[in-house]
Amino acid sequence: MAKGPYSDKVMDHFMNPRNMGEIEEADGVGEVGNPACGDVMKLYLKIEGDRIVDAKFKTFGCGAAIASSSMTTELIKGKTIDEALSISNEAVAEALGGLPPAKQHCSVLAEEALKVAIEDYKKKKGQG
Amino acid sequence: MDRIYFDHASTTPVDRRVLDAMLPYFSEQFGNPSSILIEEGRVPNKAVDEARETLAQLVNAEREEIIFTGSATESNNLAIKGLALANRDKGKRILFSDIEHFSVMNQADFLRSLGFEVDFIKVDNYGIIDLEDLKNKATDDTILVSIMHANLEIGTIEPIEEIALFLKERDILFHSDGTGTCGRIPVDVKKLGVDTMTISPHQFYGPKGVAALYMKRGAKLISFMQGGFQEMGYRAGTENVPGIVGSGKAAQIAMEEVGEKLERLTRLSRRLWDGLSSSIEYIHFTGHPNIRLPGHASFWIEFVEGESLLLWLNLNGIASASGSACASNMMAADETGLKASHVLTAVGVPPEICSGSISFSLGKDNTMEEVEYVLSVIPGIVKRLMEMSPLYEKARKPGR
Repeated sequence: MAKGPYSDKVMDHFMNPRNMGEIEEADGVGEVGNPACGDVMKLYLKIEGDRIVDAKFKTFGCGAAIASSSMTTELIKGKTIDEALSISNEAVAEALGGLPPAKQHCSVLAEEALKVAIEDYKKKKGQG
Repeated sequence: MDRIYFDHASTTPVDRRVLDAMLPYFSEQFGNPSSILIEEGRVPNKAVDEARETLAQLVNAEREEIIFTGSATESNNLAIKGLALANRDKGKRILFSDIEHFSVMNQADFLRSLGFEVDFIKVDNYGIIDLEDLKNKATDDTILVSIMHANLEIGTIEPIEEIALFLKERDILFHSDGTGTCGRIPVDVKKLGVDTMTISPHQFYGPKGVAALYMKRGAKLISFMQGGFQEMGYRAGTENVPGIVGSGKAAQIAMEEVGEKLERLTRLSRRLWDGLSSSIEYIHFTGHPNIRLPGHASFWIEFVEGESLLLWLNLNGIASASGSACASNMMAADETGLKASHVLTAVGVPPEICSGSISFSLGKDNTMEEVEYVLSVIPGIVKRLMEMSPLYEKARKPGR
Protein backbone atom coordinates (compact mmCIF):
# COMPACT_ATOMS: atom_id res chain seq x y z
CA MET A 1 0.00 0.00 0.00
CA ALA A 2 1.25 3.47 -0.84
CA LYS A 3 1.35 4.98 2.64
CA GLY A 4 2.41 8.52 1.82
CA PRO A 5 2.34 10.96 4.73
CA TYR A 6 -0.19 8.93 6.71
CA SER A 7 0.48 6.08 9.13
CA ASP A 8 -0.86 2.60 8.37
CA LYS A 9 -3.39 3.08 11.15
CA VAL A 10 -4.72 6.33 9.61
CA MET A 11 -5.03 4.65 6.23
CA ASP A 12 -6.75 1.64 7.80
CA HIS A 13 -9.37 3.86 9.49
CA PHE A 14 -9.71 5.90 6.29
CA MET A 15 -10.32 2.84 4.15
CA ASN A 16 -12.33 0.91 6.72
CA PRO A 17 -13.98 3.53 8.90
CA ARG A 18 -15.46 2.10 12.09
CA ASN A 19 -18.94 3.17 13.15
CA MET A 20 -19.71 5.23 10.06
CA GLY A 21 -23.35 6.19 9.82
CA GLU A 22 -26.01 7.84 11.92
CA ILE A 23 -28.03 6.90 14.99
CA GLU A 24 -31.73 7.53 14.67
CA GLU A 25 -33.03 9.21 17.83
CA ALA A 26 -29.49 9.83 19.09
CA ASP A 27 -29.18 11.05 22.67
CA GLY A 28 -26.50 13.56 21.72
CA VAL A 29 -25.43 14.99 18.37
CA GLY A 30 -22.40 17.19 17.78
CA GLU A 31 -21.60 18.85 14.49
CA VAL A 32 -18.51 20.99 14.06
CA GLY A 33 -16.69 22.49 11.09
CA ASN A 34 -13.24 23.84 10.39
CA PRO A 35 -13.46 27.03 8.36
CA ALA A 36 -9.78 26.75 7.35
CA CYS A 37 -10.23 23.67 5.24
CA GLY A 38 -13.99 23.10 5.13
CA ASP A 39 -14.05 19.80 7.06
CA VAL A 40 -17.36 19.00 8.74
CA MET A 41 -17.73 16.29 11.41
CA LYS A 42 -20.97 15.02 12.90
CA LEU A 43 -20.97 12.68 15.87
CA TYR A 44 -24.01 10.73 17.14
CA LEU A 45 -24.13 9.27 20.65
CA LYS A 46 -26.40 6.71 22.28
CA ILE A 47 -26.09 7.05 26.03
CA GLU A 48 -27.52 4.77 28.71
CA GLY A 49 -27.10 5.90 32.31
CA ASP A 50 -23.93 7.89 31.92
CA ARG A 51 -22.28 5.39 29.58
CA ILE A 52 -21.81 5.78 25.82
CA VAL A 53 -23.23 2.56 24.44
CA ASP A 54 -23.00 3.49 20.79
CA ALA A 55 -21.29 6.16 18.69
CA LYS A 56 -21.45 6.81 15.00
CA PHE A 57 -20.11 9.51 12.77
CA LYS A 58 -20.40 11.18 9.41
CA THR A 59 -17.53 13.27 8.10
CA PHE A 60 -16.91 15.47 5.10
CA GLY A 61 -13.17 15.83 5.05
CA CYS A 62 -9.73 14.55 4.28
CA GLY A 63 -8.19 11.20 5.18
CA ALA A 64 -7.06 12.45 8.58
CA ALA A 65 -10.51 13.84 9.39
CA ILE A 66 -12.23 10.55 8.54
CA ALA A 67 -9.66 8.52 10.46
CA SER A 68 -9.89 10.85 13.49
CA SER A 69 -13.68 10.52 13.54
CA SER A 70 -13.49 6.77 13.24
CA MET A 71 -10.86 6.44 15.97
CA THR A 72 -12.80 8.75 18.30
CA THR A 73 -15.90 6.56 18.08
CA GLU A 74 -13.73 3.53 18.87
CA LEU A 75 -12.16 5.24 21.86
CA ILE A 76 -15.40 6.47 23.44
CA LYS A 77 -17.65 3.44 23.01
CA GLY A 78 -18.27 1.85 26.40
CA LYS A 79 -16.81 4.77 28.29
CA THR A 80 -18.67 6.98 30.76
CA ILE A 81 -19.26 10.59 29.74
CA ASP A 82 -16.54 11.82 32.07
CA GLU A 83 -14.09 9.24 30.76
CA ALA A 84 -14.93 10.24 27.18
CA LEU A 85 -14.48 13.92 27.97
CA SER A 86 -10.99 13.23 29.24
CA ILE A 87 -9.91 11.90 25.81
CA SER A 88 -7.83 14.64 24.26
CA ASN A 89 -7.12 15.29 20.62
CA GLU A 90 -3.54 14.20 21.29
CA ALA A 91 -4.86 10.83 22.45
CA VAL A 92 -6.84 10.47 19.21
CA ALA A 93 -3.78 11.39 17.13
CA GLU A 94 -1.57 9.05 19.15
CA ALA A 95 -4.01 6.17 18.75
CA LEU A 96 -3.78 6.76 15.00
CA GLY A 97 0.00 6.46 15.06
CA GLY A 98 0.42 10.21 14.64
CA LEU A 99 -0.83 12.75 12.13
CA PRO A 100 1.16 15.08 9.83
CA PRO A 101 1.65 18.51 11.49
CA ALA A 102 -0.84 20.27 9.20
CA LYS A 103 -3.43 17.62 10.01
CA GLN A 104 -3.37 17.85 13.79
CA HIS A 105 -6.47 20.05 13.56
CA CYS A 106 -8.45 17.02 12.38
CA SER A 107 -8.03 15.37 15.77
CA VAL A 108 -8.98 18.70 17.41
CA LEU A 109 -12.14 18.70 15.33
CA ALA A 110 -12.98 15.19 16.57
CA GLU A 111 -12.49 16.26 20.18
CA GLU A 112 -14.71 19.29 19.59
CA ALA A 113 -17.43 17.17 17.98
CA LEU A 114 -17.41 14.88 21.01
CA LYS A 115 -17.72 17.81 23.42
CA VAL A 116 -20.58 19.35 21.43
CA ALA A 117 -22.39 16.00 21.29
CA ILE A 118 -22.09 15.54 25.05
CA GLU A 119 -23.24 19.12 25.64
CA ASP A 120 -26.22 18.38 23.42
CA TYR A 121 -26.97 15.27 25.47
CA LYS A 122 -26.75 17.23 28.72
CA LYS A 123 -28.98 19.95 27.34
CA LYS A 124 -31.58 17.40 26.30
CA LYS A 125 -31.39 15.89 29.76
CA GLY A 126 -31.78 19.31 31.31
CA GLN A 127 -28.29 19.17 32.74
CA GLY A 128 -26.75 21.78 30.43
CA MET B 1 -3.76 -2.98 -14.94
CA ASP B 2 -0.64 -0.94 -14.13
CA ARG B 3 -1.02 2.39 -12.41
CA ILE B 4 -2.78 5.06 -14.43
CA TYR B 5 -1.06 8.44 -14.48
CA PHE B 6 -3.50 11.29 -15.00
CA ASP B 7 -1.33 14.01 -13.47
CA HIS B 8 0.66 15.27 -16.45
CA ALA B 9 -0.03 18.86 -15.40
CA SER B 10 2.30 18.16 -12.50
CA THR B 11 5.04 16.59 -14.58
CA THR B 12 5.56 14.11 -17.40
CA PRO B 13 7.86 11.08 -17.59
CA VAL B 14 11.10 11.56 -19.52
CA ASP B 15 10.66 10.12 -23.02
CA ARG B 16 13.03 7.19 -23.60
CA ARG B 17 14.41 8.97 -26.69
CA VAL B 18 15.11 12.04 -24.56
CA LEU B 19 16.90 9.97 -21.94
CA ASP B 20 19.03 8.28 -24.63
CA ALA B 21 20.02 11.68 -25.98
CA MET B 22 20.98 12.88 -22.50
CA LEU B 23 22.98 9.90 -21.27
CA PRO B 24 26.30 10.56 -23.07
CA TYR B 25 26.45 14.05 -21.56
CA PHE B 26 26.69 12.72 -18.02
CA SER B 27 29.92 10.79 -18.55
CA GLU B 28 31.34 10.50 -22.06
CA GLN B 29 30.77 14.13 -23.04
CA PHE B 30 31.21 15.58 -19.57
CA GLY B 31 33.24 18.65 -20.57
CA ASN B 32 32.34 22.16 -19.51
CA PRO B 33 30.63 23.91 -22.42
CA SER B 34 32.54 27.09 -21.56
CA SER B 35 35.86 25.31 -22.19
CA ILE B 36 35.68 25.79 -25.91
CA LEU B 37 39.43 25.77 -26.46
CA ILE B 38 39.64 22.10 -25.60
CA GLU B 39 38.00 19.18 -27.37
CA GLU B 40 36.15 18.08 -24.22
CA GLY B 41 34.31 21.37 -24.08
CA ARG B 42 33.50 21.77 -27.75
CA VAL B 43 31.07 18.87 -28.09
CA PRO B 44 28.88 19.91 -25.11
CA ASN B 45 29.09 23.53 -26.24
CA LYS B 46 27.77 22.56 -29.66
CA ALA B 47 25.08 20.38 -28.07
CA VAL B 48 23.85 23.27 -25.93
CA ASP B 49 23.73 25.50 -29.00
CA GLU B 50 21.76 22.91 -30.95
CA ALA B 51 19.30 22.50 -28.10
CA ARG B 52 18.92 26.28 -27.95
CA GLU B 53 18.12 26.30 -31.65
CA THR B 54 15.49 23.55 -31.23
CA LEU B 55 13.86 25.26 -28.23
CA ALA B 56 13.76 28.45 -30.30
CA GLN B 57 12.05 26.58 -33.15
CA LEU B 58 9.50 25.17 -30.71
CA VAL B 59 8.19 28.66 -29.97
CA ASN B 60 9.22 30.39 -33.25
CA ALA B 61 11.98 32.43 -31.64
CA GLU B 62 15.61 33.15 -32.59
CA ARG B 63 18.38 31.07 -31.06
CA GLU B 64 19.78 34.10 -29.18
CA GLU B 65 16.38 34.69 -27.62
CA ILE B 66 16.49 31.49 -25.52
CA ILE B 67 18.09 31.54 -22.06
CA PHE B 68 18.44 28.27 -20.20
CA THR B 69 17.59 28.28 -16.49
CA GLY B 70 17.13 25.72 -13.72
CA SER B 71 13.34 25.64 -13.52
CA ALA B 72 10.16 27.34 -14.68
CA THR B 73 10.11 29.06 -11.30
CA GLU B 74 13.54 30.52 -12.01
CA SER B 75 12.45 31.60 -15.50
CA ASN B 76 9.43 33.38 -14.05
CA ASN B 77 11.63 35.07 -11.45
CA LEU B 78 14.28 36.06 -14.00
CA ALA B 79 11.66 37.54 -16.31
CA ILE B 80 9.59 39.42 -13.75
CA LYS B 81 12.31 40.67 -11.42
CA GLY B 82 14.68 41.19 -14.34
CA LEU B 83 12.24 43.24 -16.40
CA ALA B 84 10.97 45.17 -13.37
CA LEU B 85 14.43 46.17 -12.20
CA ALA B 86 15.66 47.05 -15.68
CA ASN B 87 12.65 49.25 -16.34
CA ARG B 88 11.99 50.87 -12.98
CA ASP B 89 12.79 54.30 -14.40
CA LYS B 90 9.59 54.01 -16.50
CA GLY B 91 7.20 53.30 -13.64
CA LYS B 92 6.58 51.18 -10.60
CA ARG B 93 3.33 49.34 -11.20
CA ILE B 94 3.23 45.62 -12.01
CA LEU B 95 0.14 43.51 -12.67
CA PHE B 96 -0.35 39.77 -12.23
CA SER B 97 -3.45 37.74 -12.94
CA ASP B 98 -5.34 36.25 -10.02
CA ILE B 99 -4.59 32.70 -11.17
CA GLU B 100 -0.81 32.80 -11.66
CA HIS B 101 1.44 30.03 -10.39
CA PHE B 102 3.03 30.65 -6.96
CA SER B 103 6.35 31.34 -8.70
CA VAL B 104 4.71 34.51 -10.03
CA MET B 105 2.22 35.34 -7.26
CA ASN B 106 4.74 34.99 -4.48
CA GLN B 107 7.05 37.60 -6.02
CA ALA B 108 4.54 40.31 -5.11
CA ASP B 109 5.76 40.93 -1.55
CA PHE B 110 9.40 40.99 -2.61
CA LEU B 111 8.67 43.44 -5.42
CA ARG B 112 6.70 45.62 -3.01
CA SER B 113 9.70 45.62 -0.66
CA LEU B 114 11.72 47.07 -3.55
CA GLY B 115 9.22 49.89 -3.95
CA PHE B 116 7.07 48.42 -6.71
CA GLU B 117 3.30 48.46 -6.57
CA VAL B 118 1.69 45.11 -7.41
CA ASP B 119 -1.96 44.62 -8.27
CA PHE B 120 -3.96 41.62 -9.46
CA ILE B 121 -6.27 41.25 -12.45
CA LYS B 122 -9.54 39.37 -12.06
CA VAL B 123 -10.64 36.40 -14.14
CA ASP B 124 -14.17 35.33 -15.05
CA ASN B 125 -15.83 32.10 -13.91
CA TYR B 126 -14.04 30.19 -16.67
CA GLY B 127 -10.66 31.58 -15.64
CA ILE B 128 -10.38 33.95 -18.62
CA ILE B 129 -8.73 37.30 -17.91
CA ASP B 130 -11.18 40.14 -17.35
CA LEU B 131 -9.95 42.53 -20.05
CA GLU B 132 -11.94 45.42 -18.60
CA ASP B 133 -10.24 44.94 -15.25
CA LEU B 134 -6.87 44.82 -17.00
CA LYS B 135 -7.67 48.03 -18.90
CA ASN B 136 -8.71 49.77 -15.68
CA LYS B 137 -5.67 48.66 -13.75
CA ALA B 138 -3.07 49.26 -16.49
CA THR B 139 -2.32 52.86 -15.54
CA ASP B 140 0.39 55.10 -17.04
CA ASP B 141 2.66 53.98 -14.25
CA THR B 142 2.40 50.31 -15.23
CA ILE B 143 5.61 48.81 -16.62
CA LEU B 144 4.95 45.07 -16.62
CA VAL B 145 2.09 42.57 -16.78
CA SER B 146 2.41 38.83 -16.18
CA ILE B 147 -0.37 36.52 -17.33
CA MET B 148 0.07 32.78 -17.76
CA HIS B 149 -0.68 31.20 -21.14
CA ALA B 150 -2.72 28.34 -19.69
CA ASN B 151 -3.67 27.40 -16.17
CA LEU B 152 -2.66 23.86 -15.34
CA GLU B 153 -5.23 23.49 -12.57
CA ILE B 154 -8.34 24.33 -14.56
CA GLY B 155 -6.98 24.03 -18.10
CA THR B 156 -8.14 27.41 -19.42
CA ILE B 157 -6.04 29.04 -22.16
CA GLU B 158 -5.77 32.85 -21.96
CA PRO B 159 -6.23 35.27 -24.90
CA ILE B 160 -2.53 36.20 -24.84
CA GLU B 161 -2.48 37.74 -28.35
CA GLU B 162 -5.32 40.11 -27.55
CA ILE B 163 -3.77 41.10 -24.23
CA ALA B 164 -0.37 41.67 -25.86
CA LEU B 165 -1.88 44.00 -28.47
CA PHE B 166 -3.45 46.13 -25.76
CA LEU B 167 -0.24 46.24 -23.71
CA LYS B 168 1.95 47.03 -26.71
CA GLU B 169 -0.17 50.10 -27.48
CA ARG B 170 0.60 51.34 -23.97
CA ASP B 171 4.27 50.38 -24.05
CA ILE B 172 3.80 47.91 -21.19
CA LEU B 173 6.07 44.84 -21.08
CA PHE B 174 4.38 41.45 -21.11
CA HIS B 175 5.62 38.24 -19.54
CA SER B 176 3.69 35.02 -19.96
CA ASP B 177 4.30 31.77 -18.13
CA GLY B 178 4.11 29.20 -20.92
CA THR B 179 4.66 26.21 -18.62
CA GLY B 180 1.25 24.79 -19.47
CA THR B 181 1.43 25.30 -23.22
CA CYS B 182 4.97 25.22 -24.68
CA GLY B 183 5.55 21.71 -26.00
CA ARG B 184 1.90 20.76 -25.43
CA ILE B 185 0.20 22.88 -28.07
CA PRO B 186 1.71 24.98 -30.89
CA VAL B 187 3.15 28.21 -29.45
CA ASP B 188 4.39 31.13 -31.55
CA VAL B 189 5.89 33.86 -29.38
CA LYS B 190 6.04 36.31 -32.29
CA LYS B 191 2.36 35.84 -33.06
CA LEU B 192 1.44 35.99 -29.38
CA GLY B 193 3.42 39.22 -28.98
CA VAL B 194 4.96 38.52 -25.59
CA ASP B 195 8.27 39.99 -24.43
CA THR B 196 9.26 37.00 -22.35
CA MET B 197 7.82 33.52 -21.97
CA THR B 198 8.70 30.64 -19.67
CA ILE B 199 9.25 27.22 -21.24
CA SER B 200 9.27 24.13 -19.01
CA PRO B 201 10.63 20.95 -20.67
CA HIS B 202 9.55 18.56 -17.92
CA GLN B 203 6.00 19.40 -18.96
CA PHE B 204 6.62 17.85 -22.39
CA TYR B 205 8.59 14.68 -21.62
CA GLY B 206 11.89 16.43 -20.99
CA PRO B 207 13.90 16.33 -17.77
CA LYS B 208 13.34 18.24 -14.53
CA GLY B 209 15.95 20.70 -13.26
CA VAL B 210 16.13 22.65 -16.48
CA ALA B 211 13.90 25.23 -18.16
CA ALA B 212 14.19 28.14 -20.54
CA LEU B 213 13.11 31.71 -20.92
CA TYR B 214 12.23 33.22 -24.26
CA MET B 215 13.47 36.80 -24.16
CA LYS B 216 12.54 38.97 -27.11
CA ARG B 217 15.54 40.51 -28.86
CA GLY B 218 16.16 43.97 -27.44
CA ALA B 219 14.26 43.35 -24.22
CA LYS B 220 15.98 45.04 -21.28
CA LEU B 221 16.44 42.64 -18.39
CA ILE B 222 18.71 42.63 -15.34
CA SER B 223 20.02 39.28 -14.18
CA PHE B 224 19.80 38.60 -10.46
CA MET B 225 22.41 35.88 -10.64
CA GLN B 226 25.94 37.22 -10.55
CA GLY B 227 28.77 35.00 -11.68
CA GLY B 228 30.24 33.96 -15.02
CA PHE B 229 29.04 34.90 -18.48
CA GLN B 230 27.05 31.80 -19.36
CA GLU B 231 23.72 32.24 -21.12
CA MET B 232 24.79 35.59 -22.54
CA GLY B 233 25.29 36.90 -19.02
CA TYR B 234 21.67 36.43 -18.03
CA ARG B 235 22.12 33.21 -16.07
CA ALA B 236 25.51 32.59 -14.53
CA GLY B 237 26.52 29.06 -13.61
CA THR B 238 27.78 26.05 -15.50
CA GLU B 239 25.01 24.83 -17.77
CA ASN B 240 23.08 21.64 -17.01
CA VAL B 241 24.27 20.10 -20.27
CA PRO B 242 22.41 16.75 -20.08
CA GLY B 243 19.24 18.58 -19.08
CA ILE B 244 19.60 21.11 -21.88
CA VAL B 245 20.28 18.36 -24.44
CA GLY B 246 17.21 16.51 -23.15
CA SER B 247 15.14 19.67 -23.45
CA GLY B 248 16.20 20.05 -27.06
CA LYS B 249 15.30 16.46 -27.84
CA ALA B 250 11.95 16.80 -26.04
CA ALA B 251 11.23 19.96 -28.05
CA GLN B 252 12.07 18.20 -31.31
CA ILE B 253 9.75 15.28 -30.49
CA ALA B 254 7.01 17.67 -29.35
CA MET B 255 7.14 19.49 -32.71
CA GLU B 256 7.10 16.25 -34.70
CA GLU B 257 4.28 14.62 -32.77
CA VAL B 258 2.06 17.51 -31.74
CA GLY B 259 -0.69 16.89 -34.32
CA GLU B 260 -1.24 13.25 -33.51
CA LYS B 261 -0.96 13.90 -29.78
CA LEU B 262 -3.57 16.65 -29.80
CA GLU B 263 -6.02 14.52 -31.74
CA ARG B 264 -5.66 11.60 -29.31
CA LEU B 265 -5.83 13.72 -26.18
CA THR B 266 -8.90 15.56 -27.39
CA ARG B 267 -10.65 12.25 -28.07
CA LEU B 268 -9.71 10.81 -24.66
CA SER B 269 -10.66 13.88 -22.66
CA ARG B 270 -13.99 14.20 -24.50
CA ARG B 271 -14.87 10.65 -23.46
CA LEU B 272 -13.73 11.42 -19.91
CA TRP B 273 -15.92 14.54 -19.71
CA ASP B 274 -18.92 12.76 -21.18
CA GLY B 275 -18.48 9.76 -18.90
CA LEU B 276 -18.04 11.83 -15.76
CA SER B 277 -20.96 14.13 -16.46
CA SER B 278 -23.32 11.26 -17.20
CA SER B 279 -22.34 9.08 -14.24
CA ILE B 280 -21.77 11.52 -11.38
CA GLU B 281 -24.48 13.61 -9.82
CA TYR B 282 -23.50 17.03 -8.41
CA ILE B 283 -20.39 17.28 -10.61
CA HIS B 284 -19.28 20.73 -11.81
CA PHE B 285 -16.52 21.17 -14.38
CA THR B 286 -14.05 24.01 -13.93
CA GLY B 287 -12.23 26.06 -16.54
CA HIS B 288 -13.44 27.01 -19.99
CA PRO B 289 -15.42 24.24 -21.74
CA ASN B 290 -13.69 24.77 -25.10
CA ILE B 291 -10.71 27.12 -24.79
CA ARG B 292 -8.66 24.70 -22.75
CA LEU B 293 -5.68 22.39 -22.79
CA PRO B 294 -6.27 19.13 -24.65
CA GLY B 295 -6.37 16.09 -22.39
CA HIS B 296 -7.37 18.14 -19.36
CA ALA B 297 -10.50 17.71 -17.24
CA SER B 298 -11.05 19.43 -13.92
CA PHE B 299 -14.11 19.36 -11.75
CA TRP B 300 -15.48 19.48 -8.24
CA ILE B 301 -18.17 17.35 -6.73
CA GLU B 302 -20.55 18.66 -4.12
CA PHE B 303 -20.41 16.85 -0.76
CA VAL B 304 -17.15 15.10 -1.67
CA GLU B 305 -13.81 16.24 -0.26
CA GLY B 306 -10.91 16.38 -2.70
CA GLU B 307 -8.16 14.73 -0.68
CA SER B 308 -10.35 11.76 0.18
CA LEU B 309 -11.27 11.37 -3.47
CA LEU B 310 -7.61 11.68 -4.45
CA LEU B 311 -6.59 9.04 -1.87
CA TRP B 312 -9.27 6.60 -3.04
CA LEU B 313 -8.32 7.12 -6.68
CA ASN B 314 -4.70 6.50 -5.70
CA LEU B 315 -5.69 3.30 -3.86
CA ASN B 316 -7.38 2.21 -7.08
CA GLY B 317 -4.18 2.83 -9.04
CA ILE B 318 -5.06 6.26 -10.43
CA ALA B 319 -2.80 9.30 -9.96
CA SER B 320 -4.55 12.67 -10.17
CA ALA B 321 -4.34 16.10 -8.54
CA SER B 322 -6.58 17.99 -6.15
CA GLY B 323 -7.01 21.68 -5.45
CA SER B 324 -8.36 20.67 -2.07
CA ALA B 325 -7.10 22.71 0.85
CA CYS B 326 -6.38 19.53 2.73
CA ALA B 327 -4.26 18.10 -0.06
CA SER B 328 -2.49 21.36 -0.79
CA ASN B 329 0.18 21.56 1.86
CA MET B 330 0.08 18.36 3.80
CA MET B 331 3.54 18.72 5.30
CA ALA B 332 3.19 22.33 6.42
CA ALA B 333 4.32 22.92 10.00
CA ASP B 334 0.76 23.75 11.00
CA GLU B 335 -2.65 24.27 9.43
CA THR B 336 -1.90 27.79 8.23
CA GLY B 337 -1.00 26.24 4.87
CA LEU B 338 -4.51 24.86 4.49
CA LYS B 339 -6.05 27.34 2.12
CA ALA B 340 -8.34 26.44 -0.73
CA SER B 341 -6.74 26.77 -4.16
CA HIS B 342 -6.39 30.46 -5.08
CA VAL B 343 -7.22 29.50 -8.67
CA LEU B 344 -10.57 27.95 -7.77
CA THR B 345 -11.35 30.81 -5.42
CA ALA B 346 -10.56 33.27 -8.24
CA VAL B 347 -12.99 31.55 -10.61
CA GLY B 348 -15.73 31.93 -8.02
CA VAL B 349 -15.87 28.52 -6.39
CA PRO B 350 -16.61 29.08 -2.66
CA PRO B 351 -13.72 27.80 -0.49
CA GLU B 352 -15.85 25.28 1.37
CA ILE B 353 -17.01 23.81 -1.93
CA CYS B 354 -13.78 23.82 -3.90
CA SER B 355 -12.33 21.31 -1.47
CA GLY B 356 -13.84 18.67 -3.74
CA SER B 357 -11.81 19.67 -6.76
CA ILE B 358 -9.91 17.14 -8.82
CA SER B 359 -8.01 17.58 -12.05
CA PHE B 360 -7.15 14.86 -14.53
CA SER B 361 -4.41 15.71 -17.00
CA LEU B 362 -3.77 13.09 -19.61
CA GLY B 363 -0.57 12.43 -21.53
CA LYS B 364 0.57 10.89 -24.78
CA ASP B 365 0.75 7.35 -23.39
CA ASN B 366 -2.71 7.23 -21.83
CA THR B 367 -5.26 4.98 -23.52
CA MET B 368 -9.02 4.78 -23.93
CA GLU B 369 -8.92 1.60 -21.84
CA GLU B 370 -7.47 3.64 -18.94
CA VAL B 371 -10.15 6.29 -19.36
CA GLU B 372 -12.84 3.61 -19.24
CA TYR B 373 -11.28 2.09 -16.11
CA VAL B 374 -11.31 5.47 -14.34
CA LEU B 375 -14.93 5.96 -15.39
CA SER B 376 -15.82 2.54 -14.02
CA VAL B 377 -14.18 3.18 -10.64
CA ILE B 378 -15.00 6.78 -9.79
CA PRO B 379 -18.81 6.58 -9.32
CA GLY B 380 -18.41 3.97 -6.55
CA ILE B 381 -15.82 6.09 -4.73
CA VAL B 382 -18.00 9.18 -4.98
CA LYS B 383 -21.04 7.27 -3.69
CA ARG B 384 -19.06 5.98 -0.71
CA LEU B 385 -17.77 9.47 0.19
CA MET B 386 -21.18 11.07 -0.26
CA GLU B 387 -22.78 8.53 2.05
CA MET B 388 -20.17 9.47 4.64
CA SER B 389 -20.80 13.20 4.25
CA PRO B 390 -23.04 15.03 6.75
CA LEU B 391 -23.42 17.75 4.10
CA TYR B 392 -24.95 15.25 1.69
CA GLU B 393 -27.20 13.97 4.48
CA LYS B 394 -28.39 17.53 5.07
CA ALA B 395 -29.05 18.12 1.37
CA ARG B 396 -31.02 14.89 1.13
CA LYS B 397 -33.05 15.58 4.22
CA PRO B 398 -33.83 19.28 4.19
CA GLY B 399 -35.18 20.65 7.43
CA ARG B 400 -33.22 18.29 9.61
